[in-house]
Formats: sequence, structure tokens, C-alpha cells
Amino acid sequence: MTITLNHFSAAAVFALFASVVFAITHRDTTRDMVRYGLYCFVMFLGGVFVAGWAMWVLRR
Amino acid sequence: MANSTTEKRIGQAQATSVMSVVAPAVGWLIPGAGHMMQRRWIRGLLLFVSIATLFVLGLAMQGRIYKANGGDILDILGFVGDVGAGGLYIVTLAMDWGQGAIAFATADYGTKFMIVAGLLNFIAVADAYHIAIGKKR
Repeated sequence: MTITLNHFSAAAVFALFASVVFAITHRDTTRDMVRYGLYCFVMFLGGVFVAGWAMWVLRR
Repeated sequence: MANSTTEKRIGQAQATSVMSVVAPAVGWLIPGAGHMMQRRWIRGLLLFVSIATLFVLGLAMQGRIYKANGGDILDILGFVGDVGAGGLYIVTLAMDWGQGAIAFATADYGTKFMIVAGLLNFIAVADAYHIAIGKKR
């Protein structure tokens, strides 16, 4: 079985699972875990967009 | 009475010390199992699903698995990352999966997915240890 993901979907999958692990391992309470997980997810995806636009600017 | 209390404390300390070795070891072999054996069922399950899915997706994307090597520093670091996945890595090697040449960009993403899955499992193992010694709830 072969799965082909484009760059964005690969980054989104990575962000989702890495955020879950970071949230569980870096916070103590359930509430803090949810908040930190969402924060990490947004930061990962935000980083993808920022890096994407930075590369677009550099390419011009 | 005093003796009974002391014996109880010694018993608890021994149980903690055994758990602080067993939980990380089992957690390395099966991602999330170190949490599950300490009754953190949901955390353990989420860790297992996250790490195993990332690793299996990496394999399905034709990612390459690193074997023990003494060559290029990046290859050595790749091996260290992959080893973190524990049982998943052992099964992959035993079944001779992840040996294809990286022919397209997605396969390279797959290789990185497997390395990251191993590194995330190292973090999960450290967390299981912290729970076992009472540093974390």
C-alpha cells in the first residue's frame, strides 16, 4: 500500500500528531493539555504558512 | 505500629523504583504502554495512536528505515530517531519493510515521519518515567 500526501497535508498530519504528543507530555491537567495541544497545532500550521510566504517572497 | 508504617513506606518505594524502570521500558517497546500500565488509559491510547499512525504513514509513503551504521552523521542520527519507535522499528526491520530507494518527495516525508515518531516516543518514555517517580500526575 502506498500513500501519497501533498506537502500541506503531510504538514497537517505531522502537526496533528506531534501536537497530541506534546500536549500530553508537557502539561499536567486535561484542560491545560487541550489548550497546549491546540496552541502547538496552530503554531505548526502557522509556521507552514509563514515559511511558505517567506519562500514565495525570496523566489521573486 | 511504627514498624508497620516503615515497612509500608519501604514497600511503596520499591514499587515506585520497579515501575520507574518497567514503565519506560514497556513504553519504548509499545508506544503509550508505559502510561497505560500506570492507569493513564486515555493518554496512553492517544500516544499509541499518534506515534503508531505517524510511523505507519511514513512506511506507507515509502519512507526509508535506518539501520545501525557508523557512517554519515545524518545516517547515525536517523538510526537513533528510528530506534525510538521501539517495537514498531523492530517489526519493520524483521519484516524487511522500508528498504526502498527514495524516488520522490513524499518518500522523503515518510522517512522523516518515522524518525519523528521515534523521537516523540522518546518524549513519551520520559513522561512515563516522570509519572512513575511521582514528578508528574
